[in-house]
Amino acid sequence: MSTAIAEIHETPAESGVNYLNATYGIKSWLLTLDHKRIGLLYLGSITLMFFVGGMAAVMMRLHLVEPQGALFEPETYNKMFSTHGIIMVFFFLVPSIPATLGNFLIPLMIGARDVAFPKLNLLSWYIFITGAALALYATLSGGVDTGWTFYPPYSSLYSHTHVVAVALGVFIAGFSSILTGLNFIVTIHKMRAPGMTWFRLPLFIWAMYATSLIFVLGTPVIAITLFLLGMERILHVGIFDPAVGGDPLLFQHLFWFYSHPAVYIMILPGMGVISELITAFSRKKIFGYAFVAFSSLSIAVISFIVWGHHMFVTGQSIYAGLVFSVLSFLVAIPSAVKVFNWTATLYKGSISYEAPMLYALGFIGLFTIGGLTGLFLAALATDVHLNGTYFIVAHFHYVMVGGAVMAYMGGLHFWWPKITGRLYPDLWARIAAAIIFIGFNLTFFPQFVLGYLGMPRRYAIYPSEFQVLNVMSSAGASILGIGYLIPLIYFIWSMRYGPPAGPNPWGAKGLEWTTQSPPLTENFPTIPIVTEDAYNYPSEGAHV
Amino acid sequence: MSDLAHGAHPQGFAHQFEDIEQQRDAGRLGMWVFLVTEILFFGGMFTSYTIYRALHLESFIQGSHQLVVKYGATNTAVLILSSLTMALAIRAAQTGKKKGTIIFWLILTMILGATFIGIKLRFEWFRDYQEGLIPGVQWFYNGPHAPGVRMFMCFYFFMTGLHAIHMVVGLGLLTVLVVMTARNKFSSEYYTPLEVSGLYWHFVDIVWIFLFPLLYLIGGRYQ
Amino acid sequence: MRSPGVGLEAGAAAYASHAKDRNGTVMMGSFQFGLDSLPVAAAMMQFKPPAASTIADSVDQLYLFLTGITIFFSVLIFSIIFYFMLKYRRKAPGETGTATHTPMMLELTWTIIPSLICVVLFVWSSSLYVRNGRPPASSTEIFVIGKQWMWHLQHPEGPREINELHVPVGVPVKMTMTSQDVIHDFYIPAFRVKKDVLPGRYSSIWFQPTETGTFHLFCAQYCGTNHSEMIGWVYVMSPTDYATWLAGGEKTESMAAQGEQLFSQFGCGNCHSPDAGSHAPPLAGIYGKPQKMQSGETRVVDEALIRQSIYFPSSVHLPGYQQIMPTYQGQIDEEQMLQLIAYVKSLSSEERMSGK
Repeated sequence: MSTAIAEIHETPAESGVNYLNATYGIKSWLLTLDHKRIGLLYLGSITLMFFVGGMAAVMMRLHLVEPQGALFEPETYNKMFSTHGIIMVFFFLVPSIPATLGNFLIPLMIGARDVAFPKLNLLSWYIFITGAALALYATLSGGVDTGWTFYPPYSSLYSHTHVVAVALGVFIAGFSSILTGLNFIVTIHKMRAPGMTWFRLPLFIWAMYATSLIFVLGTPVIAITLFLLGMERILHVGIFDPAVGGDPLLFQHLFWFYSHPAVYIMILPGMGVISELITAFSRKKIFGYAFVAFSSLSIAVISFIVWGHHMFVTGQSIYAGLVFSVLSFLVAIPSAVKVFNWTATLYKGSISYEAPMLYALGFIGLFTIGGLTGLFLAALATDVHLNGTYFIVAHFHYVMVGGAVMAYMGGLHFWWPKITGRLYPDLWARIAAAIIFIGFNLTFFPQFVLGYLGMPRRYAIYPSEFQVLNVMSSAGASILGIGYLIPLIYFIWSMRYGPPAGPNPWGAKGLEWTTQSPPLTENFPTIPIVTEDAYNYPSEGAHV
Repeated sequence: MSDLAHGAHPQGFAHQFEDIEQQRDAGRLGMWVFLVTEILFFGGMFTSYTIYRALHLESFIQGSHQLVVKYGATNTAVLILSSLTMALAIRAAQTGKKKGTIIFWLILTMILGATFIGIKLRFEWFRDYQEGLIPGVQWFYNGPHAPGVRMFMCFYFFMTGLHAIHMVVGLGLLTVLVVMTARNKFSSEYYTPLEVSGLYWHFVDIVWIFLFPLLYLIGGRYQ
Repeated sequence: MRSPGVGLEAGAAAYASHAKDRNGTVMMGSFQFGLDSLPVAAAMMQFKPPAASTIADSVDQLYLFLTGITIFFSVLIFSIIFYFMLKYRRKAPGETGTATHTPMMLELTWTIIPSLICVVLFVWSSSLYVRNGRPPASSTEIFVIGKQWMWHLQHPEGPREINELHVPVGVPVKMTMTSQDVIHDFYIPAFRVKKDVLPGRYSSIWFQPTETGTFHLFCAQYCGTNHSEMIGWVYVMSPTDYATWLAGGEKTESMAAQGEQLFSQFGCGNCHSPDAGSHAPPLAGIYGKPQKMQSGETRVVDEALIRQSIYFPSSVHLPGYQQIMPTYQGQIDEEQMLQLIAYVKSLSSEERMSGK
């Protein structure tokens, strides 16, 4: 009896019905209740938002090749970085993996036919595009120049831009997150197939569960915060205006109470994807399953009590600073545990290097650097020097782009055959992955240096001694931009011309790989009964 | 577990589920999760209010005195009663009563809910409008601590306004439930929408029970 | 005391050469000095700003340690990954990995070691932070008002500066700062100090420069259109040069003297003087003393309380005094406020007026 896995490359029958062709017409998509189609609707919307936000980034980096600014007046540059941040954070990163891969995969991975509330799922997409459309409209008709952080009194009393419209767009999109999170929590609790106990779940599900906890607990607070900001701006309530007894720092506390957990919304799903990729491409069980699962939960819980580390230089009390600092160190530990477990999973694996694995390995390296640079910021004495500089920008781009976006790309590449039934050209995919890796590091590593040298962030013009590093960073950004365009091209190409994928082109374990590619609308002809742990690859035994 | 044969599901069964129990459990859990998000939502507002009350106690006391306690108290009683009628509606469904009974209790709940909103609009907010106590719309308060009173009134309108919006949504839900009951969608085996709407309604009631003392009763009116 | 760093000597020369050109037409960063060899020019890529204050070296040491940890763990992870990538690459199409068991000891080890490192980092950085946060009692005070988009600085002796700060080397300086409009942030990279500057309150930092020279001053909290132009220079001078600078320029009165003029201009003496009966609390010697409030709470009379009393008198209740003080919001600006505060500070106990 062979212990090897047969890699299945059958061609599905020509008359194969699947969720993509089961019904036709625009109404069947716009009124779909199928979680897989909703995942694709989201995929289209957030890809659009990614490229809009990316354009803003390209503009910014082109502008910054010259110390006096190459392209814009400061006012326009300020709108560029604000647009970039708002779109990337609220309309790309937060929904990205959950709304696309999460929606598509969660029912498949747990052996269910759909999520618990399919109508709410569709509603969440409509809410998302309403918020996104409003924010885009406001951006195109003048934008905002407050930064994605909207700090008052600037945003409430001084800015002459469309603050309320953009804040409203974000507010609306927040409800989309809440509904998605709610749906996922109930689905994961109540709709697992027989035999799919909690500890047999793929780690992607644990990660999505932890993320959903943050969605439902954190998002309402940003909603209220933006509501109060809007009221402040329209009615001049005074709650953020010191001249009438208000406090602008209250806004910061409320804002970061959501926005810090939000960054874990962005990274936890990515970590879940990495667990899937590392196991699939090493063909091995994950090292330390329980540790990785509980790390996801601990990160979600601790993420709610560290927000003050964004405010170390605002003049909060020393005691508050000490508490937030120690908790911020604490939240780093579960992430470290995960990195070690992923690395150990490679030990005695059988490793192949298709594009998804390259993205996963890139993630581990870049997330390690990004996460470790977070320690510089959790440490009070160094944070004083680094806060508000390019060091912060470099840190969060390492974890958000080098981490979350690479995980997203890896996940898209891994599950693309399942989603579309097509294969993409792996050679181009690997080339793009390499270009992205190189471009990314060239863009953001110099920014660590710029930060310690003292260059503040959000500067439209800067002292000329910082030019060399800025030019390096802008060169990297151009390369990075090209790197992201290549997958766009071959993914679209593959949808029509890619070779058929078959149910399991990677030979991976997981319920989603037991179905046809693309899956049936109802996912499984019969609901499976689960009898084995996750990643239950046959062991090669004497393999050295 | 259910001894219904596969395919013989009661009215209202949704096919992403395996059986009606799963659907009921999912519906309940979903509503509880939603209520948790609502707690965080109102919680952000309550926290801000509490902080500013601590910073500007005298202004807030002054502001609180602009409100008329008897209307707030009446509304509290109205809402508590409406929670009772809602619970009775659910009980009626649970014990398999005729749909007329269920609809009776639901409509009573709606009347009480509408009464709440009516009292708010006619006796409180309209009066506030006449007395110039609505910041940004009609404001001509010139008593002591004007900036702080203005801030208090802003919070008052935000918090009770948000609550009222939730009440109106609740009335909408109740309307839908009345129609669904009339169309025989419910039975003693399946009345989950009634149940989860009941949870929602009780939650909105509880929010008011926190709002009333926080807004109306501070400031030693009864010293 | 120079800190180690790649090509710092050349870097410092670069800084000095920038100083000549501080009006915005600055030369290209690394390329212009009269340094001869290309290797030196290449090596002079700076990695940190000059270490020009008493705390700069200690911050740099912590930073270096953190960098070391980052490099160590990154290299460790990268190398292990590369090693496994090569050693365990798939040899045949259907091959799978070999199941390994997860030893609890290993999990505990790599949980506990990072935790211990974090403890070390926390203790080190916190003690540095707490120590660096306490200004020495003998600090000179300088007052800062940030406004869109410039820094107004005022020396207690009188001279005012815009976007420039002259200080003597070796003397601790405490900056007391407020904003006239939005939130700004006062940042001197060379001193490793930074603090947000907020409207409606005073924040403070302190530093003691250790070398003469010219150093960047930046606004580090986004504050609107010309945030990136809200920058300036700090000139650290020898004590004699500083004294010369202080005495030179146009004659200005000290802040306390200006405050005294404001005190009479706004009629504060009508209530706050011995002849005014017991309308208002006496001000002589009250600065820095604890004051019991009507609510029972005790507050120290500092800049914040004086400011609150002048702008929001109805929010300050002292036992035994009626609340009849009018507000001066809109009449007294932030700069005048600082001068009035300087005046109140200057009132010594011997001049204590009679009163309750």
